Order: sequence, then structure tokens, then C-alpha cells
Amino acid sequence: MSVTLIFLGPLRDLAGEQDREVPAPLDWAGLIEQVGPEIAAQLEDDRVNVACKGKVLADKTALLAEDGDEVALLPPVSGG
Amino acid sequence: MATKLRCCRRSAVARLALSTPLDVRLLDKGMSVGEALAAFNAAHDKAGGVVSFLGKVRPDGDVRALELTHYEPLTLPGMKELAANAKTRFDLDGALVWHRVGVMTPGESIVLVATAARHRRNAFEAADFLMDHLKSAAWFWKRERRDDGWHWIEPRDADHADLARWN
Repeated sequence: MSVTLIFLGPLRDLAGEQDREVPAPLDWAGLIEQVGPEIAAQLEDDRVNVACKGKVLADKTALLAEDGDEVALLPPVSGG
Repeated sequence: MATKLRCCRRSAVARLALSTPLDVRLLDKGMSVGEALAAFNAAHDKAGGVVSFLGKVRPDGDVRALELTHYEPLTLPGMKELAANAKTRFDLDGALVWHRVGVMTPGESIVLVATAARHRRNAFEAADFLMDHLKSAAWFWKRERRDDGWHWIEPRDADHADLARWN
């Protein structure tokens, strides 16, 4: 029973890894707790998005990921 | 001679098959620009004009390399949606949107956009529209390696201003 967290861009450097398995189910409070204070502070920034199952959440605090879901943490894009 | 040219053109098309009307790709290796544009031109023989833009890694100070990362479930679908929007908005016959990911060095191609339309204005504007959106609204994260290590890049204010022109 796990959710895969994916760290993109600069968040990968902060996490020190590209992905991490965390226990399912996972909601916003659970996510904040799992990622540690440094990444949690980034997640509070409006410009940082969260995607679940390949879809960007309109309201990231409504996150509800279940077993097998992939949750991506998306810092501001830098463009191509 | 004429026969020979026709023969060459056919074989060029056969080597590189494009999907029409929209050909959108993420590439992890270099792109063959001439071949892509020849195939795009051949695929849109009803167009009155074809415009293309090639973006390259700018040789800039001590920048040694550029790395672009993406997120598979979002990046390519987002580019396809963008190309479809451009096709509708500018009444295009077709568009080609190719973007590199991975590590590139100065002078290498990053992005190739081509648009085909009945009239040139639509082709020019669509290429501009596609580039402005790719530069600041597509799901890419970019970092540069300079003499003192890797640095993450955020879009310049000018990139956001360029994007706002289309709202």
C-alpha cells in the first residue's frame, strides 16, 4: 500500500532523490508530513503545483492519493 | 535530372514519416533539422507558406551545458494540446513541434517549430505563439552547468510578458 512521490526540477535536489515510496492513502497533511520541512515550505508556494495520476490538481490541498498512485511535485517551470 | 530530383524527394519522405496534421515529439538525442523540414514541407503541399523556428543553446559566458528535464505524464500531452490550440486558432494546415530533453551543449538545437498555413501571416503568428508558450508555460525544468556547478533557471520576466500577448 504505497504512493510514489516524484520530485521534479530543483525539488529533486532538495529531496536528494528522484522518487520515494510513502504509505497510502496520502492527503495534503500527509504529504506535508512526509516531505520534511524544507520541501513542505516550497509546497506552500502558490507557484508550486501537485499532480496526481498525471493530472495537475486545481486545488493541491484536496490531494487524495491511493495505493499505486503517482504524485508529482512540480516547481515553477523554466520553459524550453 | 527532373526524374532524379523527384526520386530524391520521395526517398527523403520515406526516411522520415511525420504524423499529420500535428507532429509533436520529445527527443532525447539531436534532431535532423533539414530532414524534418523537408518532410514537413512535403506533408503540407496545399499550404501557401511554411514558417520554421530553430532554438539553440546560446553560447553564453561560462555556460558549459544545459539540462532539460520533463515529466512524462504532463509534458508531451501539454505540448500536443498546445499544438492543437495553435492549429485551431491560426487555421493551420499543420504544425511540427519537436523539443529536446537531456543534456545539451552550446550551439545544439533545443527546439524546432514549423507551421504550415494557407497564408503566411497565420504561419508566422502560430510559430510565435507556439514558441512563447513553450518558453514559459510548458512542463520543462532547466539548469545550466557553469564553472561553479549547476544552477536552476526560471523564466525571465520577458518570457512571461511574451506569453501575456496572446491572452
